[in-house]
Order: sequence, then C-alpha cells, then structure tokens
Amino acid sequence: MNTHPLRRGGLIALLACLIFAPLVALAVDDPSEMLPDPAQEQRAEAIGAQLRCLVCQNESIEDSSADLARDLRHVVREHVAKGESNQQIMDWMVNRYGNFIRLKPPFTIGTLLLWVMPLLALCIGIGIAWWTFRRPRAPTPPPLSDEERRRLSDLTETR
Amino acid sequence: MSGQPSSPTRRRLLMAAPLIVAGGVGVGFWRMLSGMTKGSFDPHDIHAPALNRPVPDFALPDQAPGTGFSATDLRGLKAPVLVNYFASWCIPCVAEMPVLNALKDRLPIWGIAYKDKPEHALGFVQRAGNPYARIAADHDGLAAIDWGVSGVPETFLIGPGGIIRWHTASPITEAMITNTIMPLADSLKP
Repeated sequence: MNTHPLRRGGLIALLACLIFAPLVALAVDDPSEMLPDPAQEQRAEAIGAQLRCLVCQNESIEDSSADLARDLRHVVREHVAKGESNQQIMDWMVNRYGNFIRLKPPFTIGTLLLWVMPLLALCIGIGIAWWTFRRPRAPTPPPLSDEERRRLSDLTETR
Repeated sequence: MSGQPSSPTRRRLLMAAPLIVAGGVGVGFWRMLSGMTKGSFDPHDIHAPALNRPVPDFALPDQAPGTGFSATDLRGLKAPVLVNYFASWCIPCVAEMPVLNALKDRLPIWGIAYKDKPEHALGFVQRAGNPYARIAADHDGLAAIDWGVSGVPETFLIGPGGIIRWHTASPITEAMITNTIMPLADSLKP
C-alpha cells in the first residue's frame, strides 16, 4: 500500500486517541470539582474509587455521573482538604451508608464465604484430583498358563 | 475411572447431583423473585445503619407552605412521626402521595424537599395534596447524606426522643402502613 507517510502518521495518532481517550475519561465532568492541590486531588480520587455510587450500585462515585455521586465526591474533597485521613473519611461514609458503600467489603462473619471462596474452591479441586489419582489402577493380570498360551497361539496362527 | 465399572447406585447418585443442584438454585431464584413481587425482598434496599440511632444533626429552612425543622425538634418529640424525603422531580413520590394523604390523620408526617427549587416543591404539594405537618428544604442535599439517604422517596419512622425506628428506600404502600408502620408507631406511643 502506498500511503503518504504524513497521512499514515495522522491515522495512527487518531487511532491512538480513540483507543486511549476512554481510559482517562472520569466522570468528574467539571474541573471546578477538583482540588487545587494535585496530591490532595489524587488522594480524593483514590478514596472515591473505593466508594460505591448508591444510585448505580456497581460503579464507584468517581466513575458515576449520578447527582448523589457528585455530592459524595464533593464531600470527600471537603474532608481531604480538612486534612482527614483515608480511614477517617471511610468511617464517615460507612457510618452513614453502612458497609454497602465500600466496594471492597471488609472481612466479617457475613462476608466470610465471599472471601474464603477462592481458597475453598482450590481445596475442593485438590481434593477431587487427589481422590481420582489415589485409586489403584486395575491390577496386572497373572501370567498366562500353558493351556491359555496354546489357545492364544491357535487363535493368532496365520496361515 | 474407565478402568472399573462404577456401581449402579453411584452412577445414579452422580446423575442426580446436577439435578439436585439445579433444583436448589431454582428454588432460591423463585423465592427471590416472588419476594420481589410481594415486596418482602428488595435487592436494591440499602441496609441503613441509621436504624435505632438518634437522628443526625441538621437544621433545615422552611419550605412553603410548611415550616422547617431541625434535629432538636425531632429529639424533643414525645410521639412518633414519619419523616419523608421527597422531590417534585421524583415520579415514585407522586405515586405515594395518596397513601401519605390517607395516613396523615393517624400519624404526623414531616416532609423534607430534596434538592428541589422552592417553587417546584410548593407546586408539587399543592397539586398532590399536602400530607405534611411541617416541610423543610434540603437544597444542597447534604443533610440527606447525613441521614444516609440514597434517593427519593425515602422514609424514616422517628420514635420519641428522635430515635430512628424504621426506614425504607421504597415508596410507601398501604401494605407497609398496615403491616409495619402503624403497629410499630402504636407501640412507640406513650
């Protein structure tokens, strides 16, 4: 193919834009939402990524453009700006919305099965494998007697 | 496994195992779905940690045609009231208005207009009939976050002393009133 090198370069750039643009698209649709200090803003985003949007339920508040998510982002930034620790902010949220707001549920009696399931599945798999391979193979049959050997040679005799 | 013929009982057991598992899963799903239609199971329900705790600190301004209220007002109560978060832009809120209007003479209802323009909230209660003894306005929705509200409508039964005794994130129905709200409210009356 004879494509002009400049045009090809442009095409590659366009493709790169199309592929990578969605990766940086956060729901923070208004730059005025962001904190002026980049380090604080980064911390607020990290906390927000751990908080469930209670309207969409499977998105974090950083990803969601729901009204409540925007309010919660604002609250997180207020607390970060006040100099509270991540744990303090998380506790503040859990105090109001329960553990449901945490996208990563804590290890409790209620979430025991959820957390130990991978280990449990592995143990069951190893158990089944062990049980299958442990069983003795069919025992080797005893050597043929003279009588049987004669019959076999009769049967397989080629003429 | 191919080496020895398995016994008929074991083969039958192995055949039945997937059926038993599928049956169990089926019964589980059926119970969830029938619970959803009857209203006893709501997968979107957020288990409010607010239950049996005092109402959060808040003070909200008046929303016409009612007067605003604060945590102090609720904590000073001697009899139960229902606190109902609503908004003029919320369709389920329209749906629950007749139910609230039928309830208001048996149990006082205090409303909080959530992120609503004052004139819109006023128009809403004028159109639907006003079930609220008092109405406050939560313009920025920040008091709602302290209540643990995740959307409208959301309703709390407040017992004497301002303790949250019951909560739902669904529209109020007749069944909820007769089965849950009124029995609980009657038991909380002095």
